[in-house]
Amino acid sequence: MKAHSPEQNGMESGGGVWRFSADRPLRLDSGATLAPLEVAYRTYGQLNADRSNAVLVMHALTGDQYLASTHPVTGKPGWWTRMVGRGLPLDPDRFFIICANVLGGCMGTTGPGSSDPATGAPWGLSFPVITIADMVRAQAMLVEALGIETLFAVVGASMGGMQALQWAADYPERIFSAICIAGAARHSAQNIAFHEVGRAAIMADPDWRGGAYEAAGVRPEKGLAVARMAAHITYLSEAALQRKFGRELQRDGLSWGFETDFQVESYLRHQGTSFVDRFDANSYLYITRALDYFDLAAAYDGQLAGAFARARDVRFCVLSFSSDWLYSTAESRDVVRALNAAGCRASFVEIETDKGHDAIFLDEPALDSALRGFLASAAERRGLA
Amino acid sequence: MTAALREDFREILRLTPAGARVLDVGCGEGDLLDLLARERGVDGQGLEISAQGVAACLARGLAVVQGDADRDLDSFPTRAFDMAILSKTLQQMRDPRHVVSELLRIADRAVVSFPNFGHWRVRWALLARGRMPETRTLPNPWWSTPNIHLCTLHDFLALTDDLGLVIESCAALSEGRPARPIDPRSVLENWRAEAAVFVLRRG
Repeated sequence: MKAHSPEQNGMESGGGVWRFSADRPLRLDSGATLAPLEVAYRTYGQLNADRSNAVLVMHALTGDQYLASTHPVTGKPGWWTRMVGRGLPLDPDRFFIICANVLGGCMGTTGPGSSDPATGAPWGLSFPVITIADMVRAQAMLVEALGIETLFAVVGASMGGMQALQWAADYPERIFSAICIAGAARHSAQNIAFHEVGRAAIMADPDWRGGAYEAAGVRPEKGLAVARMAAHITYLSEAALQRKFGRELQRDGLSWGFETDFQVESYLRHQGTSFVDRFDANSYLYITRALDYFDLAAAYDGQLAGAFARARDVRFCVLSFSSDWLYSTAESRDVVRALNAAGCRASFVEIETDKGHDAIFLDEPALDSALRGFLASAAERRGLA
Repeated sequence: MTAALREDFREILRLTPAGARVLDVGCGEGDLLDLLARERGVDGQGLEISAQGVAACLARGLAVVQGDADRDLDSFPTRAFDMAILSKTLQQMRDPRHVVSELLRIADRAVVSFPNFGHWRVRWALLARGRMPETRTLPNPWWSTPNIHLCTLHDFLALTDDLGLVIESCAALSEGRPARPIDPRSVLENWRAEAAVFVLRRG
């Protein structure tokens, strides 16, 4: 089950695919069950003797388990190599770091591209609709399978941050601390609206074929690329776009046509076309739907504090970015107020940056130092050297 | 950190029981919370308006929320803390009355310190020079001071009476000198004390 391979930074890394057989079905919020279930994951570092140093990192919408490993499709470095590595806030010499591909994903965990055991064909749109809580259930199954009773920390940004909050609501006794970066306790109307644009683009692509594109031997690449282009704008800020591109042209002079005149167009087109190489259109539909359905307070009569009522012993760290308009500081502040109301131990800071939501992945020293400080003090309390 | 501030901290340290659950409102870079955590093993939570202050606190491993005391105290549940501290911040609040009453809703005891606008140097500056005072405890000119709601010891007493609060103790603070227990109702102390620290509880 555990295959070791040499990784960048000389880190010890492992992982594989955990298969939960049909006698351990995953019960979904929709009422459906999913079995068998496969969860693909990577690990970095080693679990200590008392199994107290495990950290679960949860990826964003289009992320995957290749947290600090070379991506098998793109050949690019892992998505958070600036946070995970020797001497970095998430140091594999101290922590056993796990990152799993999300339920509904397309990098090895069961999703709409997996085979429906009833037919042997890809699920496509017959895959059940999933939620953030379902994703967390699948993660909890993996963590348990790995022999970890209590995670030292759950860490996530964006959708990963929502999962961190869901962990605190559903499994507070199984986590020591929770870090939510640029997240929210629910999807706003604007968030849903942007996702609907992406889904509409995919579904408008004739190659989507009602979700059954794989059987037809085609892929809705154009639609998926447009979805990515629209979404990518929401990850940036106006200031960052202006700083990076302004009105700079690709060549001397305008084309007086519809070629990529502006550098920002070229950048977005590149984001779109490179995305389709590594992502599946149906996964995009299912995961964006899960995000849209996310409203942590809904199960607690609309009182978000209720979600954290059992999490008083969990140490929380909530971080937001000043120029993030996708999951704004106001959303994080709502989470913090609910944590305060529930009597939870919480830290919160809004990090000043013009990089927008994307600051999660970019050079933002204030983010590093906040995480480093929070993790160090939590580790001390947890008795981790 | 000025010497007067250190006296403030020393007195608060003396007043803090070991292991108490403490909320420090306007905790700055966490100097006081850090001191209380090290010396008293308190379970501390801070509230601070500046991102820079909160970042410094996080780097020291303190639990601090970025927020505005005037607005965000409302989100804390009733009697969540043993002690709430407002160290030389009262005079910077937009609504000091609301803040003091919130402190004693959230915590069983409140420790509040502030510069005394009844101090003789302040009175002298106004009386003799006809100018807004610039003193050791109030060093800024009127147009740049963050201190927007200044009060005297007796003004504060009137507020605590109005809110039905009990004064457990009071001490005068002066730069470079140990805190001196005083009767805040004394007319003389309203002239003498540069700053004061009150321990309050609900009546």
